[in-house]
Amino acid sequence: MTDRGHASAVAHVTGEALFVHDQAQRDGNALYGWPVQAAHAHARVLHIDEGPALALPGVRAVLTAADVPGTNWIGPARHDEALFPDEVQYHGQPVCWVLADDEATARAGAAAVRIDCEVLPALRSLDAAIAAGSFHTAPQAIAAGDVAAALAAAPHRFAGELRLPAQEHFYLETQAAYVRPDGEGGYHVLAATQHPAETQATVAHVLGLPAHRVTVEVVRIGGGFGGKESQASGVAAVAAVGCARTGRPVAIRLDRQRDATITGKRHPFLAKWRAGAGPDGRLVAFDVELCGDGGSSLDLSKAILARALFHVDGAYAVPALRVVGRVARTNLPSNTAFRGFGAPQAAAVAEEVQDHVARALGLPPETVRERNLYRPGDRTHYGQPVRDAERIGRIWRELLASSRFAERRAAIAAWNGAHAHHKRGIAITPVKFGIGFTTTFLNQAGAHVLVYRDGSVLGRHGGTEMGQGLHTKILAVAARTLGVPESGVRIVSTRTDQVPNTSATAASSGSDLNGAAVAAAARELRQRLLPHAAALLGCAPEAVEFAAGSALGAGRAVPFAAVVEAAFLARTSLAATGFHATPGLHFDAAAGRGEPFGYFVFGAAVSEVEVDGCTGQHRLLAVDVLHDVGDSLAPAIDRGQIEGGFVQGVGWLTCEEVRFGPAGELLTRNASTYKLPGIGECPAGFRVATLERATEPGAVFGSKAVGEPPFLLALSVREALRDAVAAFRGPGPVALDCPATPEAVYWAIHGRPDAEPPAD
Amino acid sequence: MTNRQRTTILVNGTRYEREVEPRLSLADFLRHELHLGGTHVGCEHGICGVCTVLIDGRSARSCLTLAVQADGAEITTVEGLRDAETGQLHPIQQAFIDAHGLQCGFCTPGFLMTTLELLRDNPQPSDDEIREALGGNLCRCTGYQSIVESVRLAASRLRG
Repeated sequence: MTDRGHASAVAHVTGEALFVHDQAQRDGNALYGWPVQAAHAHARVLHIDEGPALALPGVRAVLTAADVPGTNWIGPARHDEALFPDEVQYHGQPVCWVLADDEATARAGAAAVRIDCEVLPALRSLDAAIAAGSFHTAPQAIAAGDVAAALAAAPHRFAGELRLPAQEHFYLETQAAYVRPDGEGGYHVLAATQHPAETQATVAHVLGLPAHRVTVEVVRIGGGFGGKESQASGVAAVAAVGCARTGRPVAIRLDRQRDATITGKRHPFLAKWRAGAGPDGRLVAFDVELCGDGGSSLDLSKAILARALFHVDGAYAVPALRVVGRVARTNLPSNTAFRGFGAPQAAAVAEEVQDHVARALGLPPETVRERNLYRPGDRTHYGQPVRDAERIGRIWRELLASSRFAERRAAIAAWNGAHAHHKRGIAITPVKFGIGFTTTFLNQAGAHVLVYRDGSVLGRHGGTEMGQGLHTKILAVAARTLGVPESGVRIVSTRTDQVPNTSATAASSGSDLNGAAVAAAARELRQRLLPHAAALLGCAPEAVEFAAGSALGAGRAVPFAAVVEAAFLARTSLAATGFHATPGLHFDAAAGRGEPFGYFVFGAAVSEVEVDGCTGQHRLLAVDVLHDVGDSLAPAIDRGQIEGGFVQGVGWLTCEEVRFGPAGELLTRNASTYKLPGIGECPAGFRVATLERATEPGAVFGSKAVGEPPFLLALSVREALRDAVAAFRGPGPVALDCPATPEAVYWAIHGRPDAEPPAD
Repeated sequence: MTNRQRTTILVNGTRYEREVEPRLSLADFLRHELHLGGTHVGCEHGICGVCTVLIDGRSARSCLTLAVQADGAEITTVEGLRDAETGQLHPIQQAFIDAHGLQCGFCTPGFLMTTLELLRDNPQPSDDEIREALGGNLCRCTGYQSIVESVRLAASRLRG
């Protein structure tokens, strides 16, 4: 629909785009905050000696719990995180914060603060937490069919265990907030948050103020990926406490190491599964236990686990499926939202099982996967019909053909036969991703659209722009609804004093929800303009059309601005609010039944890899993607989301490895020790296509959500690596650790040594 | 702080003379002293490439360069790309817009500066050469495909 560049593209290429920290530096009168971090994973704080810090010139304050006017407890679902803790819950947790005239001084001040602690026993791993019975939540379960009976009756039975790893968000702009007093007893918070309303509520609670005294504004975010959904609020709250204490503007920008050690990551999961299949590889039973590592506080872990339970089927129908999940509590940074929100971990288990069953039965994995795909008429394990399930099969067949899968499979077999130390592998995996917040009430959005007398249009909505192109899409929606050119519309910053009580820009829902809200507001304005256009054109209101900046009717055209002026002179309101609530969603968590999703997004990817058997080094040779975006609102932006999501998934599955040391300290604190996908990890041949004839009737202009689902396409790379490992090993299932780093691939080929190496 | 050193740096054609704390990075000098906010910092230890600027025509990490090391040098930042007189965007900037070579924009200035050096040294790079040249810049949003296309487009436009 629109093929314009990103709405902020000019600002970005000229360096004029303002991020939070840029604004603070431009204003030039802020104090800067720096955290004093705990050196233990679990400890009681006995004493904080602020003296040495306060003695440094330029240090203005050391913020502690005593400075909090309201509540010291924050957290998105359960208020179980102390902003200034008297009991440290993870290594690196901020205990107090130093404010100084500049960042370097604040940092020096933080290093000078002395904290006395009583060290307490800590749970430093998921296994330790499970063994100790340490959990944030009671078990949640969803079941369909009689799994025990189906397993018992299955001709073939399999079992396994899989560990899914953490992932660092590594948004390039680190967490940042800038709080200014408004001079009237209120505060203006400029923040890099995906959830302005929650940041507003958090700041208000911490300051002990009603929400209307706190305005949160988001101009743009330098990458979020879920990492700024809940965890941006704490940084803003600390800055607000500092602002309340000193009366000065306060800016906080975590540097990379602080950001990595303080904030949570993608949830690691432990999955234990049993499956039953027929001789053709069709699954008849699937029984899974999932345990996610929530870290030190609950954060969003319960909802993340729920999405994992909803997606453990992958894109596959299983008549008897039972999944039970739980969130463990460890003394590690609190894990949080990350693109896919539990679904990638669950879908990885689904693919693990498909591949295991296929190789155990001596069948090609792509054949077994195809046999198990959802078909029209199928329902998920939570009872939701898989509407448009025929798209899965259509995508599968079209992609097999367009990627010349069979031909390449044969070529790879021949190539592998000719190469002893290098092997290639290929795999195709499907995606089915449910769209909507699984917490039903979050599926709402508001917007505000204004028309000025010159015909120019300004829109605001509840979503945040973090690079995903949301404002660009919304701009197109507003322009199309009002029939004006895109150059006539501007979408401006997200503000809680303009659009209240918004949901996070998360769950891939930004354009679905906010686009519908903006469209509603724009339709309302169009309705109000219609009689004035009709009067100018001399036709009936029903005969008027707005297009390309004009009102058309009775064979004539008048400029949009002229209609607006006529409406204004007739004293017509030219400001409208719009609201959207996704209809039809419901889920009964106790019963594990309902329709939590508005629709599903489908896709599939084929990946081909080459593995060096001597080192485990691997290369991604080629990728073919066919993905369902409905009728795209902005094809270039959707392509960017597909490619970017895919590569981020490749990172999670093949090179990004989060490691903690024996004290519970994060070892992989920066890009030097945490390997992110660079351009070298991306395939030279990366072919992305979107599904034709894919209108989504319920969504804005027939488009579908695009943020998270493509992340799951990267599972094809993991499965292709497994295929290459199998070429070294021969028939039978292949155990491959995740992430499939060169080291993990090496051990998958050669087998881990049974004994520990001798001590020297 | 003590021990400040007089430092003279030419940035985007303008000469700046400042008393500089010896440990101040060039990135912080540009951002804090000169208020040139287009040069971002991402990892602050030389990996991500977000802070890339040109020092005497060569790409360099401004987070790993001290401001005092740049004494007497000529620096080009993203703010110096567009035509100073007409304000017209540099073809590389326009190409990143037209070929959708950015999302959140935080890494963009670094990619632009790396590309500027690449296309000056090699006006007709192959895809492999583009990928090699950009190998030291990280982008967490795009998956890089559109960035390679942007560089390709810029190269073809610069050749005319």
